[in-house]
Amino acid sequence: MREVTKDEVVRISLELNGKTVSGNATSRMLLTDFLRNELGLTGTHVGCEHGVCGCCTVRIDGVAARSCLMLAVQADGRRIDTVEGLAASKDALNALQRAFRKHHALQCGFCTAGILMSFSDFLSRKQNPEEDEVREVLGGHICRCTGYDGLVKAIMEAAAEMRGETPSNAGAA
Amino acid sequence: MKPAPLSYIRPDTAEEAVAGLAEHGADARILAGGQSLMAMLNLRLVEPKALIDISQIDELRSIRIDGNMIEVGAAVTQAEFLAWPQLKEHAPFIAKALPWVGHFQTRNRGTVCGSIAHADPSSELPLSLALLEGEVVLRSKSGTRHLKASEFQTGMLQTARRDDEMITAVRFPADVGTKGAAFREVARRHGDFAIVSVGAVAADQGAVRVAVGGVADRPACIGIEASLTVSDMTDRIERLAWELGGYDDIHASARYRRDLVRRLVPIIIGEVRACAK
Amino acid sequence: MGAGRYADDVATPRGTLHAAVVRSPHAHALIKDIDTSKALALPGVHHVLTGEDIRAISDPFLIVLKKPIDQWALAVERVRYVGEAVAIVIAEDRYIAEDGADLVDVAYDPLPVVIDPREAVSADAPVLHPDAGSNELSAREFTYGDPDKAFAAAHKTVSLEVEYPRSSYTPMECFVVVANYLRGDDSYDVLANFQGPFSIHPVMARSLRVPGTRLRLRIPADSGGSFGIKLSVFPYIVLMALASRVVGRPVKWVEDRLEHLQAANSGPNRVTKIEAAVEKDGRVTALRFDNMEDYGAYLRAPMPGPLYRMHGATTGAYDIRNLAMTNRVVVTNKMPASLVRGFGGPQLYLALERLMQRVAIELELDPLEVIRRNLISPGSFPYRTCAGALYDSGDYQQAIDKAVGEGRLDDLLARRDKARKEGRMYGIGFATVVEPGMSNMGYLSTINPADVRERQGPKNGAISMVNVNVDAIGTVSVTADLTVQGQGHATAISQIVADQLGLKPDDISINLELDTQKDAWSIAAGTYSCRFSPGTAVAAHIAAKNIREKVARIAAKQLNTVADDIDFGGGRVFSKTNPDNGAAFARVAGTAHWSPVLMPETDDPGLSETGIWSPPELEPPSSKDEINTSLTYGFVFDMCGVEIDPATMQVRVDRYVSMHDAGTLINPLLAEGQIRGAFVQGLASALYEEIVYDEAGALQSGTFAEYLVPTACEVPPVELMHIETPSPFTPLGAKGLAEGNCMSTPVCIANAVADALSLKDVPLPATPERLNALVCGEEAAPPAGISAEKPVSATAGDAAITGDGSVTVKASPAEIWKALLDPESLKHIIPGCHSVSAVTPEHYRAQVSLGVGPIRGRFIADVKLSDLNPERAATLSGDLAGPLGKAQGSGHVTLTPEDGATRIDYTYGVDIGGKVASVGGRMIKRAAQIVIGQFFERLSEVASGKHGADASANGSKSESRSWIARLFGGNR
Ligand code: FES
Ligand code: FES
Repeated sequence: MREVTKDEVVRISLELNGKTVSGNATSRMLLTDFLRNELGLTGTHVGCEHGVCGCCTVRIDGVAARSCLMLAVQADGRRIDTVEGLAASKDALNALQRAFRKHHALQCGFCTAGILMSFSDFLSRKQNPEEDEVREVLGGHICRCTGYDGLVKAIMEAAAEMRGETPSNAGAA
Repeated sequence: MKPAPLSYIRPDTAEEAVAGLAEHGADARILAGGQSLMAMLNLRLVEPKALIDISQIDELRSIRIDGNMIEVGAAVTQAEFLAWPQLKEHAPFIAKALPWVGHFQTRNRGTVCGSIAHADPSSELPLSLALLEGEVVLRSKSGTRHLKASEFQTGMLQTARRDDEMITAVRFPADVGTKGAAFREVARRHGDFAIVSVGAVAADQGAVRVAVGGVADRPACIGIEASLTVSDMTDRIERLAWELGGYDDIHASARYRRDLVRRLVPIIIGEVRACAK
Repeated sequence: MGAGRYADDVATPRGTLHAAVVRSPHAHALIKDIDTSKALALPGVHHVLTGEDIRAISDPFLIVLKKPIDQWALAVERVRYVGEAVAIVIAEDRYIAEDGADLVDVAYDPLPVVIDPREAVSADAPVLHPDAGSNELSAREFTYGDPDKAFAAAHKTVSLEVEYPRSSYTPMECFVVVANYLRGDDSYDVLANFQGPFSIHPVMARSLRVPGTRLRLRIPADSGGSFGIKLSVFPYIVLMALASRVVGRPVKWVEDRLEHLQAANSGPNRVTKIEAAVEKDGRVTALRFDNMEDYGAYLRAPMPGPLYRMHGATTGAYDIRNLAMTNRVVVTNKMPASLVRGFGGPQLYLALERLMQRVAIELELDPLEVIRRNLISPGSFPYRTCAGALYDSGDYQQAIDKAVGEGRLDDLLARRDKARKEGRMYGIGFATVVEPGMSNMGYLSTINPADVRERQGPKNGAISMVNVNVDAIGTVSVTADLTVQGQGHATAISQIVADQLGLKPDDISINLELDTQKDAWSIAAGTYSCRFSPGTAVAAHIAAKNIREKVARIAAKQLNTVADDIDFGGGRVFSKTNPDNGAAFARVAGTAHWSPVLMPETDDPGLSETGIWSPPELEPPSSKDEINTSLTYGFVFDMCGVEIDPATMQVRVDRYVSMHDAGTLINPLLAEGQIRGAFVQGLASALYEEIVYDEAGALQSGTFAEYLVPTACEVPPVELMHIETPSPFTPLGAKGLAEGNCMSTPVCIANAVADALSLKDVPLPATPERLNALVCGEEAAPPAGISAEKPVSATAGDAAITGDGSVTVKASPAEIWKALLDPESLKHIIPGCHSVSAVTPEHYRAQVSLGVGPIRGRFIADVKLSDLNPERAATLSGDLAGPLGKAQGSGHVTLTPEDGATRIDYTYGVDIGGKVASVGGRMIKRAAQIVIGQFFERLSEVASGKHGADASANGSKSESRSWIARLFGGNR
C-alpha cells in the first residue's frame, strides 16, 4: 500500500521513453504537469484537461491514454512513452512522422503529438486497419486546423508502409 | 482546472481498499480508470479528501466465467473486456454496445465497473447491465453483497452503494442475446454521451427485451411479447416514451428524446427479430 | 515532430508566480464586496488583485466607437457576462492559485439580464452601460445607387430574416501570458501568444500608461492555432503585466479550456433582415439589409470589425447596383465578441445566399439559374461594387461551369431524384462567395460619418514588412511581421525567397518569432484576414528581390559583366551569357561584409533588406461612404447534397464540391490544408458548434462535451477544385484563401437543408433537435392516464428550470406551517444543510452541501419567506452561492387539508449559473429537480414527525412509484 497525503511531496520514478527517470510530485499533480513542468518534456500538450481533445495522449504501459486524466503518482513504477521517445527512435514509427509531413497532416502541430501516440499504439495492435477504424480512433482527438483529411491519408499510408508495402499504393493523395 | 488537494492511497489488495473506505467513508472516492472521475476532479465538481486507486490490484483484474455468469473485475478496462476472446460468443450484446463507449483512448483506461459505478443515465454499460439483468458485487468490511442492476442504480449518478462499499466486480448473465442482439445510440458526435440509446436482446418464446437509456434518470427496460400486434406494440412504445418523460438539456429536448424512443425502439426490435429468424 | 516551442513550453524567468482568475457566475450584477482575506491567508498565495486595484494603476481600454463604455482588464463595479474576470489570485503554482480563487468571496447584487439583441434594443431592456444610454451603441445607414426606386419598380420583393449564431473556432492551444515588470526602466516584458493585429499594441500600452516602447511584446516561435481568437489575449496581457508590477515578480497565466469557452471570445451573432427587389427572370436590382450585430458585453478594439469588414463586398458575387444598409451595434450580457476566422463573412453570406435561394423559390426558378443571372460578368474586372470594393479579378461563370461540370451537378440531381422517389429527405444547396483578402486598415472608419472622418484624417492601407538578411558566409535568414499559427507561412516564405536567390528552400532560415522591440512592424502586423498571400508574401518577395538585385550588382562587378546579365541558380551566381563565369552565392554575398572596397559605387556594404508593401488600391472611404475594404477578392462556389435521417433528423452531407479561385496558388498543398480546415469549421457552424446561453444568461457550453467540435468521424469528404485568375494588384498574383469556406459552407448546408425539408427558416446550427421540432410539428397528447409536462406556471416566471408537483403529508397544515418557519426544522428540511441562522423571522441564512451522486458543492443559501398566508400559502425565494456556481429561484407552496393529511402543491422556477451550469449542461435540470424533490420529501418527513412512511412526493412528470417499479425494478 502506498499513501501520499495531501501536503506531501514525493519522489516518483518511472520508465520514460525507455530510461528510468524521477521527479517530485504532490498527490494531486496531473501527469501532464509532471511530464511538462517537472521533467521538462513539453511535447505532450494540454488542450482541455477534461479528457476530450486528445492533445495529452501518451502511452501508459504501452497503451494510449489521456495523461490529463491521470495523476503523476499513478505513474510511479510504470512505463510511460511520450512523443519525445518517438522522435528519437529510428524504427517503423518514423513512417508515421514521414507520412504526416508528406500529407500536410499538421498545421499548427499542437494536436500532433497526441495523435502520433494514439496511432503508435493502435497500429501496433492493428496492422491492416480500414479507413473507418482509423477515423474512429482519430475521433478521440480534436484537430482544429487540418480538417482531418491529411491525417487520415497519412495514417493509412504509414500503416501500409509499416506492413512493408510501398508507400504509393495506399492512401496517397 | 486542477484538482483540489487530496490524499492518494494505492492499496495492494481489495481488503486494503475496503479498509480505506471504512476509514474515510464518504470523503473517499474509488479511482479505477478515472475517465469520468478525473475530469470531474479537474473541474472541481468533486472534491474528495482521499482517492483510493484500485487500478493496480491484481485480484480485480480478471474476467472469468462463473457458472452462467461472466464476472468482470473492478480493474478490468473496457478495452480488455472488448478484447476478451469469448465476448462475442457469450455476450453478443456487450460486443455490440461496448465499442460505443467513449473512444479508443478512453476505453484503454476506463473500466467496466467504473462506468457502472458512475451511473450516468446515458452510458452504455449501465444499460447493458440493466438489459441483461446482471448484478453488481459490493464489498465492505462487513461482507459482500450482490445487488441486481435494478437495485443498484437508483437515479442519475446515484446508486445503492454505501459509502463504505466498493464494487469488486460486475456479473453479466452469459449467453443472453445469443439468438439476437441489437444496439443503437444517437449522439451529436461519435463517442459522445448518448442522447438516447436503445438495446435489445431476444428473450424466450419470441419475446424481445428492450432497454432505453438517456431518457429517464437511469436505463429502463420493457418486454415485447411475440404475440403483440403492431398497433399494441406502438401503443406500448408510446406509453414508454411518455412514462420515461425525457429531460431537456443543451443537446436535446425531452420531446426529441421521446421521438427517438418512438422511432428507434421499433427499429431495434425489428433488428433483433431479424437475427432471431 | 511533436517538439515545438509553444508559449507554455518556453522556460519562465526565475521566481515566476502563477495566476488564476476569479470569474463571475452572474450574467449581470453589481459587485457589492470582494473579500480576499481567506485567499490571502492560504499558504503560497502572494496576492489577490481586484478591479478596484487595477483601476488605480491603469486606464480603460481605448475603443473604436466614441462611447462611454469603460472597460478594464478586470470588472469594475459591475459584471456584464458569465465568466467576466473579477479578480486574480497570484500564487506559487497554478494549483494553489486555483485553491485561492475558490476562497475569494464576491458578493453580487444581481441585475436584470438581456441576451437577445432584439430585446436589448427595446425601451424597457436593462442597459448594460448606463452612461451610453442604450444598448444600441451605433446605428448607421448607408445608401448606394437608388434602392428605393429599384424596389418601387420591382416585379416582386423577396424578404427573409436570418440569425447567425454564436460560435468560435477554439484553437487547441489556449491563451498564455508571461509578464515581467522591469522596475529599473518602468517597462514591461511580455511573452504571449497574441497574434495581432498589432494596432492593439498601442491600446495595451495606453492602458498600462507607458509609451509603446516600454511594452515589449514577444511572440514565441510556435502557436497552437488562432483563427483570429488570439487577438483576445490582449486584456490578459495588460492584466498580467499589472499583476507583475504589483507583486514585483514575473507572473504567468495559462488559460484553461473552461475559461476559454466562457470568456475568450466568440464571433458576433447577427440578426439580418434582408430584402431583394427582383425582376421576373430572377435578376436582383436592389438589396436592403438591416444588420443587428450583437457584440456581447463590451466592444473591444477592433470591434465592430465584422460588421464593416465586408462592407464594400456586401453585394457578394452579384452585379447589383442599388443597396441600402443599416448597421446596428448592440451589446448584451454575453462574452464579448471579437475576431473569429471568417470575420463578418459567414454572417453576410448566410443572409445573402439564403435570400438568393428564396428568390428562386418564390419565382419558381432554378436556384443555380438565379445565381448565374446575377453574377458579375468576366469582362468587367477590375469591378467596382456599388459600395466601393474594387474586385481585382475573377471569372465566376467559368468557376461555376467547371464545378458543376463533368456530371457533378447531374449526379447530385440524380441522387436527389432517387432519394425523393424512395421517400427520403434529400436536398441540394449552393453558395457563391466573394472572399476578401488583406483588409484595408481604414475600413472601420466607415462607421463614422464622412464629416467625422474628415476631422480625424484619413485611415487606409495595410502595411506588410519582411526583412531578409544575408550573413558573411551567405546564410539567408528572414523575419516577418506576422505571427505563426500553423498556416505553413515559413514554408511559403522560404520558397519565395529561395526562388529569388537561386537557393533551396531548406537553405533559408525563417524566424517568425516577433519582438516589438527588435522587429520591423506596423499596425497591420499579425496573422488575420488572409493578409499573408496578398501582403506578407509580397513584402518577402520585395525584400528578396532587393537582395537579388544588390547581389547581382556586386557579382557583375566581380564577374566583369552587367547586373542584367546575372542569373541565380543551384547556389551560384553567374553570367547568363556565359554560365561558367560565376561564383558561389555565399562568396558574392560575403563580399558585402568582408570587402566593402569591392562594392559597386552605388551600393552600401552589408546585405540586409526590409521589404515594405502597402498596396495603393487600399484607399480611405470616400465622402459617399464607398470603401475598398480589402485588396484581393477571391471566389468560392460550393454545392452539396444532404440527406436527413428520418429516425434521428441528423443531417448527413452526402456530397460536397468546393470550387476556389484564389488567384495564383503559391503552394497548392498548403492551400489545400487551409481550405479543408476552413471547411470543417464551416461545417461546425452549420451543424455542431454553438455557444449557448440560457435566458438568464448562464453559459451552458463550458466544456468540449457541450461545445461540439467535429472530429474525424463527423467530417464528410470534400472535392476541392481550383481555377486561377491571378490578381493584378499583387506581384505574385495570389489572393487570400483561408476563410472562404467559413463563409460559404454554413449557408451552403443551410440551403441544402432548406431544400430537403422545404423550410423557409433554417436555424443554425441545424441540430437534429431543432429540425425535429420544425418538421414534426406538435407532439400528440399522451395516452390516457399519463400527464404531460405542465406549462410553465405563473410564479415560475421565465426561469430556466421550472416545475411543479404535489405531495401529501400525514400532518396538519399547522404542523407543516410550523416546520417551514422554524430554523431548527428547516435545518432538517433543506437538503444537505449544516446550519441555519435566522436573519429575521422570515429570512434565513443556511450553509448547505448540495449535489447529485458524487458531485457535491458547498453553498451559502439565503432564503426568504414572503406572501405569508398562514397555514395556507407562502412564497419561498432565495439564492445559493458557492464555488460550483450560483442559483436563484423562488417557489410557491399551497397547503390544502385533505382528511387528516395535507396536500402540498408547489411550483418553482430556478436559474442556475456559474461553473455547474457551464459544465453540467447535460445533467443540471435533472439535478435541480432531484434536489427540489428532496426538499419536499424531507418537508413531509419533518412535518409528519420524521420518517413519514406514507408520504410520497410526486413530481409532475408522472414519477409515480408504480412506473419506477415497473420499468426499473420489475422484470418485464
Ligand atoms: S488535455 Fe487531455 S484530453 Fe484534452
Ligand atoms: S494541426 Fe493544429 S490542431 Fe491539429
